[in-house]
Amino acid sequence: MALLQISEPGMSTAPHQHRLAVGIDLGTTNSLVATVRNGISTVLNDEQGRAMLPSVVRYLDAQNILVGEEAQRTQSEDPTNTISSVKRFMGRGLADIGDISRFPYRFLDDSAPHGAQVRLRTVAGAKSPVEVSAEILKMLRARAEASLGGELVGAVITVPAYFDDAQRQATKDAARLAGLNVLRLLNEPTAAAIAYGLDNGSEGVYAVYDLGGGTFDISILRLSRGVFEVLSTNGDSALGGDDFDHRIYCWLLEKNALSALGPQDTRLLLTQARTAKEQLTEHAEARITVMLSGGEIIDNVLSQAAFHEMSNNLVQRTLQPMRRALRDAGLKVQDVNGVVMVGGATRMPQVQRAVGEFFAQTPLTNLDPDKVVALGAAIQANLLAGNRGEDDWLLLDVIPLSLGLETMGGLAEKLIPRNSTIPTARAQEFTTYKDGQTAMSIHVVQGERELVSDCRSLAKFELRGIPAMVAGAARIRVTFQVDADGLLSVAAREMGSGVEAMIEVKPSYGLSDSEITRMLQESGQYAKEDMQARALREQQTEAHQLIEAVQNALAQDGDLLVKAERERIVEQVQMLQDSLQQTDAALLKRAITNLNDATVSFAQARMDKSVSRALAGKNISELEVKS
Amino acid sequence: MSAFSLDFQKTFFQLFGLGQSFHLDTQLLERQYRAMQMVVHPDKFAHLPDAEQRVAMQQATFVNEAYQTLRSPLRRARYLLKLNGVDTQEETNTAMPMDFLIAQMEWREAVKEAQQARDAELLSELETRIQAETAELEGQLADRIDTEKNYAAAAELVRKLRFMEKLAEEIHAAYDEIDN
Repeated sequence: MALLQISEPGMSTAPHQHRLAVGIDLGTTNSLVATVRNGISTVLNDEQGRAMLPSVVRYLDAQNILVGEEAQRTQSEDPTNTISSVKRFMGRGLADIGDISRFPYRFLDDSAPHGAQVRLRTVAGAKSPVEVSAEILKMLRARAEASLGGELVGAVITVPAYFDDAQRQATKDAARLAGLNVLRLLNEPTAAAIAYGLDNGSEGVYAVYDLGGGTFDISILRLSRGVFEVLSTNGDSALGGDDFDHRIYCWLLEKNALSALGPQDTRLLLTQARTAKEQLTEHAEARITVMLSGGEIIDNVLSQAAFHEMSNNLVQRTLQPMRRALRDAGLKVQDVNGVVMVGGATRMPQVQRAVGEFFAQTPLTNLDPDKVVALGAAIQANLLAGNRGEDDWLLLDVIPLSLGLETMGGLAEKLIPRNSTIPTARAQEFTTYKDGQTAMSIHVVQGERELVSDCRSLAKFELRGIPAMVAGAARIRVTFQVDADGLLSVAAREMGSGVEAMIEVKPSYGLSDSEITRMLQESGQYAKEDMQARALREQQTEAHQLIEAVQNALAQDGDLLVKAERERIVEQVQMLQDSLQQTDAALLKRAITNLNDATVSFAQARMDKSVSRALAGKNISELEVKS
Repeated sequence: MSAFSLDFQKTFFQLFGLGQSFHLDTQLLERQYRAMQMVVHPDKFAHLPDAEQRVAMQQATFVNEAYQTLRSPLRRARYLLKLNGVDTQEETNTAMPMDFLIAQMEWREAVKEAQQARDAELLSELETRIQAETAELEGQLADRIDTEKNYAAAAELVRKLRFMEKLAEEIHAAYDEIDN
């Protein structure tokens, strides 16, 4: 596919092939799907005209599932089989969740392997958070395909900026399980900045304060001439609007001297707490009236002042990440040109007040805080799918938490520091500490603390087959690569002798490709024939795109080629066109590969030309500015 | 992997079309970096097959590495010395002038005391002084490398700057500690 890489910034693919792509905000409380239609980012509503899909999944029995409003409305009827706020469990083990009595679910306490995720026991069997999230995503995918009238090319899925590798991997797995092609995992505050920045043509330094249902992010970005550069990010991936509900819930328990409620009553009170919280945004007080399963009647009035007081330390907990993000960006409060509020929880007046006081300016709330993330994700999805419009822009994001390895004494050695711009890679050499040592165990961790035990363990693997040498003679080179989704892969190689051993790490919590395929097949989503038909269709689409790109490239830059090379490319284009007449996916794939191979050096020449033109262009504009 | 379109043999200076010196037009570097990422970033290739995306990832990784190296005065100096065949001996050469070491110890104690007293203002004051000292050393470094081409003396300044960097990291950690 070498030739397609030369597509110029700002150059759109043929207008007739607008590729259907969506942005999905997979939220703790609500999820949304948006797309760019006629150049405008729009949230797609369901048939009843509702934009937000409550992130609630109810398993009715082995086959039937309710997702969204219906599941949410009836959740106190069957709380153990109705999963809400599942995002809080993504990429998490039982130990991470802490007090499980807080939730009305039956957690599976099987002796899980290292790093494994929690699972919940439901009438439909044990379900992982990945599977539950996939149900929400399937619903949104169906909504988008019905609304857009075609199959999606891909989707951008948003994640909290402060999500670690395990949480990101789990999100990507969920999307694949829902049959979505993930174009990119995009950080939620960055998505909001795109929607906001492109809408307002903003320049300068912006802080995005994103308090969602279960996660908190703060990102500092610099917007300058079409580049969104994230300078730093920080947050708390277990703090959100849910915690405010929980404060009210605890207050109700205390007020009524209640203890050890059953799952139904717990759910009922949490729902009431949430309604009260929402009322207190506009009103001075909220009345909570409810009858519990045992017949007790609860009737309390909560004032705004009391609510603000009981939730004050939650608001305060967001200030520390804000200070850290500013320090990491090397900026002071006064350097920030604007503060954007994102997430439903930022509607609470005490949150707006605290943020306003911190930054000494009124936060911007002119875009709907519930929708702005999905709108930004859709804009990014449209760009990534290849539907480039006139304006070209670029996003440079960072990893939120340092990545490192365990070294002697249980200490974490950082290889890639937090807030490094991605994609990024770092290699480090380690050595053996015993004579004749032939294996080395490598433990990959993420976090800022010095002790491995205080960091998140991402993966453990053994590098075997190191030639026996005296201690300190072997050289083991460990390479970390973080891709544009913020996902890590690790490779290790023994360099000391000619012998090489190399391992690609699949994090232990991630699902393998074969597991995803098996789960897809089991779900009956695709019959085997469908899979084959789909494969052929994908190859055909790819072939058409490749031919078009090659022909465009030849027309534009054919002069970069010598005659023989040009003839070889033209010949391969013809072969591919011939293969398109048949329905043999394997043959087609070979022809695509051949044309790709024939165009590698042409692509390289064109890339070099674009790079030098890009650089030269900047030089010229600089001269103009100075003169 | 013949599809690499960027020449990985180029120096980071050549990559951005900049002269090979310690003194650097940082605004120009920034503009060139952005212009280059506009072309090579994986987001420009997301609609293409995996192989293509992997190549873009490697190119963008290389451009990021080059940018981060040149942007930091310490890393830039280290890189320049390496290009000139000089090892900065940061791990092996621990011989430092006595007055420098004493000053370092005093800085560290001051940082620790500020942390224990949870005094963010004092920390900020220390930070300003450390930044001034760092800038002073960087000024000397420019003279040694660009004007005198005295790389041995430059290597010693790099070792000193590494101490200053560690101090800055300690201040950062102290801020975090005060926050907790």
